[in-house]
Formats: sequence, structure tokens, C-alpha cells
Amino acid sequence: MEQLVQSVVDALSVGSLYALTALGIGLIFGVMRLINFAHGELITFAAYTLLALFGLPVPLTLFGAIAVAILLALLTERAAFRPLRNADPTTLLISSFAVSFLLQKLLILVVGSRLKGLDFLPVLGRRIDVLGIRLQLLQIVTIVVSAVLLAGLTWFLQVTRLGLHMRAAAEDFRMARVLGVRANRVIAMAFALSGILAAAVSCLIVVQTGVVQPRMGLQLVVIAFVGTVIGGLGSLTGAALGGFLVGAASILLQALLPPDLRVFREAFVFVAVALILLFRPQGLIPARALKERI
Amino acid sequence: MSTAAPLLDVAGLVVRYGVVTAVRGVDFQVCESEIVSIVGPNGAGKSSLISAIAGIVPPAAGTIAFAGQVLAGIVLEDVVARGLALVPEGRHIFASHTVFENLMLGATVRSDTDGVHADIARLFESFPILRERARQPAGQLSGGEQQQLAIARALLSRPRLLMLDEPSLGLAPAIIEQVYALLRSVREQGVTILLVEQNAERVFGISDRVHVMSGGKFGLSGRAAEIKNDLRFDAAYFGVHMQGAAGNR
Repeated sequence: MEQLVQSVVDALSVGSLYALTALGIGLIFGVMRLINFAHGELITFAAYTLLALFGLPVPLTLFGAIAVAILLALLTERAAFRPLRNADPTTLLISSFAVSFLLQKLLILVVGSRLKGLDFLPVLGRRIDVLGIRLQLLQIVTIVVSAVLLAGLTWFLQVTRLGLHMRAAAEDFRMARVLGVRANRVIAMAFALSGILAAAVSCLIVVQTGVVQPRMGLQLVVIAFVGTVIGGLGSLTGAALGGFLVGAASILLQALLPPDLRVFREAFVFVAVALILLFRPQGLIPARALKERI
Repeated sequence: MSTAAPLLDVAGLVVRYGVVTAVRGVDFQVCESEIVSIVGPNGAGKSSLISAIAGIVPPAAGTIAFAGQVLAGIVLEDVVARGLALVPEGRHIFASHTVFENLMLGATVRSDTDGVHADIARLFESFPILRERARQPAGQLSGGEQQQLAIARALLSRPRLLMLDEPSLGLAPAIIEQVYALLRSVREQGVTILLVEQNAERVFGISDRVHVMSGGKFGLSGRAAEIKNDLRFDAAYFGVHMQGAAGNR
């Protein structure tokens, strides 16, 4: 029983991390039809900010990581993606690879490619008793932070005026602009939000693994992107669900597979993904008609 | 035409898509509280012309002046703030948004929240079906209801000039009558209207002036009653090469 509950909590917390990452990718795809692989570098740079600011008061460190992720997101939009605003999705995808590589190599140039230990917020590693079951504090924090971010994002998109403009832009950008929705403002907001999500994932993953390295973000993004696709590109609910399922599935497989098959758990996850796409190529929760022209 | 300065003044307008020229030098004016219509067959360049005025496609040559100011170089999202609203071909309502959200999007350029809500309440008087369906996704409305929503949405920006591209497209005749009755009442409220239609017969009753467009140019222009009985209409509508062909009247 205890084993089972722990596996479920484990799956929930890892699933949440991938859900947040997939949401960050889904937000940008929604307004720009850009699959932003450079989202991974937002996570990586936020993690290195934690490393650089280590020793300062924790709130300051967290604030620094969030600020760096937001600024980097806005900078990549301004420098790399805005000039390609009306380019086709392939061009955008390739340029996002370029931005991702550039940032990653830049980081390696400055700090080296070696993995660095970072004992951030060790208090979260403690185990606590919840109804007689011992759970790691970090897992609970991860689930709570993810739930709060999800609720906050939903509130922003559904209730605020800028959120309404973002949803309208995601559905029919040209018509939204005809009505006066400002393209630059909506897209910058989407990038800023993806920066906040990336910073949250970064902090949680650093506490969990205790290390930072230049490729950490890209690894997360590749898996989360798979989640975005099975969820249905262009649908935020789909992205969150898909990311969650991929993360949770890999943890549950780790717990349930016979020990000698565990090394192949990713293979099982991808077989499941292939099957989903075979039977539902549009994804689990498909978006409405992608982009029409006036 | 009155002697006052026109609200919309288009001069020498050319629109190109790559090597294809859709509008080949068009001049016309729309005066305050007029209804002006542009009719012509499919591919005549009507939509390109109205898209250029709305700021969606940049003109290759010519000028567009609105209320005495040239619109060159302003970005698409600033056009509506100047007082031009577009109801595009195909309506382009936001299907997954509620009817109310669609209306709120129409008021994007306004900051007077109270005024917007008062305007929505007034529009609900004229469009009772929209009030009934306010909380439903707009995609669930029928074609005619969606056209009403698209017009109501455009009116919420409080435009001086309302431009409509094929508002009767795909609608049943009885619904088209409703849409046209609606346009009449919009004009009575002092909104100037520029209407693009393929179906010429429709617009004669409502328009003050009509331009017949074909092959990217105006072939015939004049008061609606004159154009209606002008023997040159068919030639202008179908282009000179088809002179004498049966008309779309």
C-alpha cells in the first residue's frame, strides 16, 4: 500500500513537471505556431542563475531565476522570432533549434560542460508523514506549485482582458488584429509566461536532482514536446494533459516493470505515444481549426 | 455627393500579390452617412480592395485617406482605433469563445468599460438572439446569427465607417433581408457603410452610390438608381469582352 501511494505521488510530481514544461511550449505554439525548442534553455539558464546566486537569501535567488528566464524569453522573441513572425512553421522550428544551440554553446563556453552540484533548498529533501505514509516534501511542493501555476494561468486566460486577447489571437490571429488586439503585446506576454513556467520547472528540477548541466533543459523539452503532440498541438489543456501523461507513465513504468526491463522504460513510453498518434493523429484534445485566413 | 470632405478617400489604389495585380488603380470616395457599394463578380478584386483599406494587405501604390488623414504605414491593429471596422468575408467569429467574449473583443480598442457594457446592453435589444446565447460558444450559432454577431462585434468599436465584405454570402434569402434591414438601422445611427457584394441586385435598394468592379477596376460608377437601369451594367460587371452576355441581375 505504502509502495503504491508513493509511486502515485511520484508519478504525480514528475507528471506535473512535464505538464508545466509542455504548457510553456503550448502557449507559444498557440499564438505563434512556433515549436520553441529554445524553451529548454530558459530552464537551463534559470538553473545556472540559481547556481550563480547560491548563498543569497532564497527568495532573492528564486526571483533572480524567474527574472532571467523571463528576460531571456523576451530577448529570444525580440531578436530571433519577431523578424520571422509570418514565416512558415518549419522556418520557425529551425530557428528555434538555432537559438537553442546558440544559447547552449554559449553557456558551455562560459561555464564549461561539466555537471555542477547544487544543494538548493535541501530542506525539501526531508520526508514527512502524511496519514501514516512517508512522503518526500519536495514531491508535495512540486504538486502544489504546479497546481497553483495551472490555476493561475487558467484564471489569467479566462478572466483577464489580456488573457481574452491571447486566446483570440491563438484562434484567429489576423481577425484579432483587425479588432485591435496588439500582436507584439500578446506574443511578448506569451513568452513572459513561458519564462515563468520554465523558471518554476527549473527550480523544482534542481532541488530534485541536485545538479545543473548545460543540456538539462533540452532533455526535459524533448519529452515534454512529445506530451504536447499527443495532447494535441495548439490546445493548452491538451498540452498539460499530454505532458502529465508522458511524465507519469515513465514513473509508473519504472515502478511496475520487472527490474530487468526498467532500463527500457522510455521505449515503452514511446511505444504508447506511437499508438496514441496512430489512433488519434490529431492528439487527445485537438485544437480547433488551426489558423484561417481572412 | 456633398461638397464636404469625404470620410474615406481612395486614390490610385493598386494591390499586388507577388506578380498578380488584384486592384489596378481605383479611385473613389465615401461621404459621411452614405452607403456605398462595390459589386462585381468573383475575382474582380473587391476583397483585395477592402482588405487594403482595412490595413490587412499593404497597397502597392496609391493612397487611402480616412477623415482627412492618410493611413499609410500604420499597423493593422491601429486601423480600428481610427474608426474603421471590418466585417470580413466568412465572418471570422471566434468559434470557441462565447458570444459575450466575441462582443468584448469587438471593444478591444476602447477603455471605457462602462460605456462598452452599456453598448452591449443596447445591442442585445436589437439582437435578442445574442443575449439568449451570450454564454454559449459562438461556434454553435447558425450562419445568420454569426453574421449578426460579426456586425455587432464590429459596431462595438464605435466605428465611423463600417466595411462589410460579402455579408450575404452563404445565408438564406430571409436571413439576408434581416441583415440588410440591420444595415439600414446602423446607417440611421449615423454610421457610414462601405459594402462589398457579388449579388448586385441586393445592394441597389440600400445603397446611395454603386461602383461596378471587374478585372481590378471600376467599370461603372454612379447613383444606385442610375446604375440599376444603366444598359452598360452587364458589360461593366462581366468585363468588356463579354459585352451582351446575360446579366447577373
